[in-house]
Amino acid sequence: MKFTDFEAFLHMGGHGLYVWLCYGVGIIVFLVCLFSPILKKRAIYKELRQAQRRESVRSVTQHQTPVK
Amino acid sequence: MNWTFFHKLGSPKWFYDISGKLLPWFLVLGIALLLLGMVWGLAFAPKDYQQGDSFRIIYLHVPSAILAQSCYMMMAAAALVSLVWKMKLADVFIYSAAPIGALFTFLALFTGAVWGKPTWGTWWVWDARLTAMLVLLFLYFGVISLQSAIEDSQLASKATCILVLVGVVNIPIIKYSVDWWNTLHQPATFKLTEKPAMVPEMWMPLLVMVIGVYCFFAAVILMRMRNEILLRERKTKWVKALL
Repeated sequence: MKFTDFEAFLHMGGHGLYVWLCYGVGIIVFLVCLFSPILKKRAIYKELRQAQRRESVRSVTQHQTPVK
Repeated sequence: MNWTFFHKLGSPKWFYDISGKLLPWFLVLGIALLLLGMVWGLAFAPKDYQQGDSFRIIYLHVPSAILAQSCYMMMAAAALVSLVWKMKLADVFIYSAAPIGALFTFLALFTGAVWGKPTWGTWWVWDARLTAMLVLLFLYFGVISLQSAIEDSQLASKATCILVLVGVVNIPIIKYSVDWWNTLHQPATFKLTEKPAMVPEMWMPLLVMVIGVYCFFAAVILMRMRNEILLRERKTKWVKALL
């Protein structure tokens, strides 16, 4: 550790605002990159499953012989 | 030469299977290296004798700038593959990579601006490297919007690939801008031919961050490509069996 205590670590020799602003935004960018495809995957699975269900319902009704 | 691997690589199902196996490794390695690099760079690297502690921004700035540019080069390679061999996966790659490239270009510009304030006394100058980097950001925006602007998917793919390839001209401009023109920006930290000018305690965390950011990028791109493949192949048997 190059800093004497935690306060000095936050202070960054007077550049604390700049350093932590960068790392804050950086971590947000990493989190967005990571979580957007995870959420998207859930949405896609949901959508495709629903479509599949609809399709199977339709095919069942189509196979019923029409009442004359 | 045996070309079957090439066709296999072009098969979405094969890619989906193999990427699912590789993805967790890249993700775990990427996150671990990023955490290690950040803690190392922020707390344990020695401070710069001129810039003090503000130089610690380098551990975020340089990896994101390197990734922003190499992401574009990878997209250009994919664009060539897509134009020549009409490989669908290359389009999927371009589609998945462009937003990530844009985000990291933004991060490089943002950290650069915040670093510039205490170091140069200004957030922004219309300097060769900074301007070329801004052009890269707009190229990414162009690629993203062109993809969605054209309805015919084959035409959209072709137009996007051509835009990506034309934009490649910007990459050497970014790279050599610090050598060609007088600029505020400092020259490259890492060069293949020379030893870094920094002490190892300073560049080692940077190297860890660069490798970490590549692994993280690989994991994120694979996730995004897998999502896109599911959507594009939704009508196929293997996707239906997967659900």
